Amino acid sequence: MLLIKCPWCGERDMVEFTHGGDATKVYPKDPNATTSEEWHDFIYLRENPCGEHVEYWHHVAGCRQWLKVRRDTTTHDILTTAPADGDLDT
Amino acid sequence: MLKGGLYPSVRFPQMEAYELTRYSIFSLIKQGLIRHTGWKRAWRNPEPKAAYDVIIIGGGGHGLATAYYLAKLHGIHNVAVLEKGWLGGGNTGRNTTIIRSNYLLDPNAHLYEHSMKLWEGLSQDLNFNVMFSQRGVLNLCHSKAQTDAFARRGNAMRLNGIDAELLSRDEVRKRIPELDFSDQVRFPICGGLLQPRGGTARHDGVAWGFARAADQRGVDIIQNCEVTDFIIEGGRVTGVETTRGKITAGKVAMAVAGHTGVLAQKAGLTLPIESHILQAMVSEPLKPLLDTVVTFGAGHFYISQSDKGGMVFGGDIEGYNSYAQRGNLPTLEHVISAGVSMMPCLSRVRMLRSWGGTVDMTMDGSPIIGKAPIEGLFINGGWNYGGFKATPGSGWVYAHTIANDAPHPLNEAFTLERFARGRLIDERGAGANPALH
Repeated sequence: MLLIKCPWCGERDMVEFTHGGDATKVYPKDPNATTSEEWHDFIYLRENPCGEHVEYWHHVAGCRQWLKVRRDTTTHDILTTAPADGDLDT
Repeated sequence: MLKGGLYPSVRFPQMEAYELTRYSIFSLIKQGLIRHTGWKRAWRNPEPKAAYDVIIIGGGGHGLATAYYLAKLHGIHNVAVLEKGWLGGGNTGRNTTIIRSNYLLDPNAHLYEHSMKLWEGLSQDLNFNVMFSQRGVLNLCHSKAQTDAFARRGNAMRLNGIDAELLSRDEVRKRIPELDFSDQVRFPICGGLLQPRGGTARHDGVAWGFARAADQRGVDIIQNCEVTDFIIEGGRVTGVETTRGKITAGKVAMAVAGHTGVLAQKAGLTLPIESHILQAMVSEPLKPLLDTVVTFGAGHFYISQSDKGGMVFGGDIEGYNSYAQRGNLPTLEHVISAGVSMMPCLSRVRMLRSWGGTVDMTMDGSPIIGKAPIEGLFINGGWNYGGFKATPGSGWVYAHTIANDAPHPLNEAFTLERFARGRLIDERGAGANPALH
């Protein structure tokens, strides 16, 4: 069972959350000036690391806020959490 | 091997000697007369050579099938299969053994139907009983709209030469009376789409059968040999570094679904794949209860009964990236509640065990089989939930691709480049979200 520390609600059961995928992908700043290679990279390619992964989770059955989580994909340990637009290292 | 315990009256041999035996009723009777003490190892345990024509990374069903068809159909015998653990210890031995080719989209239908045809002759071809049982695969539908969608898929299957039958509620009830046909049910069963030729096979037996048959054709199967890096010279892959030393090869082919992303990273490739966990479960052995494979249409749940009597079932993936090969309890609860709502008699069945496997989830839910963007490197991965049923077909088209340096018509749609070109094969229409396929 994963216990995810929501920055607003504290540690909550994983069933309250939905996984939102890789948080290192950034939406292109200017969609009109983005090449198809850049769109391909943003939409389809994933680093998919074996180890620490930075990802979004949505506290959908709680406060409904999005958060950023650093989690180990080999142990499922939740290392740090922050608001979606926050910094995981502070 | 089995030592003591299960059958204490039988003395198992040390299995050191290797012998090329043809299995038959006569070899079985002969061994029966000497209390099965004379069976020999079914394949060699060679030291890796310094060089091969082809190296296949991954000793699961797909890698072993590829090696077998390379040797059998393309005359390429100087082949090594490198396995980091033991044969079939990954997803080959972790799936729910279901085999079907009930796909809507042409590329999927053709690939999986080719695989189905190979399954139908596989035990004879390999001289190894893979226990392929065509007990039928029945998908239940629970609304008028879903029935229409199933009719559409069934028609598409028939146009592609695949067997499909649309069953009414009464026909389903006649076949599987244990399902919930009561008036109170939340998701009433309206009917189902049956593929009579679908079924199950013994998944470990598939790995062992391909291993033995490949070995007999000169393939070196090397276990406990993990690939740690690729050797790339002048833009071409010329070999691999392994935990058992450097091995060079003319061609290197990956068949490590679940870990394709991690291995491809070593060659500098980033793929449209996320690795997720899929769990499966088996109950205590029961008397015969279910003689077909049945899937729930109002949730994600599939079930069959093994030859030993255990109810084998699974459902959704966990939904977050993971390589842990184990999942969490909320998903098990979710899967089992779907099962109980479909088949209420399961509610008192005791679970024996559950396990997890790491699956490559691609961005369109379909596999990638073809040449990698680096010369001399080939990629076979991204099998999502569905790799086991494809085992012989995947090996067959992959061997063709490796031998000819070009894909077979059956796998030419499954390129890595299809994502950049917008030619996705999205059976479910779920879009670029791997967790939804």
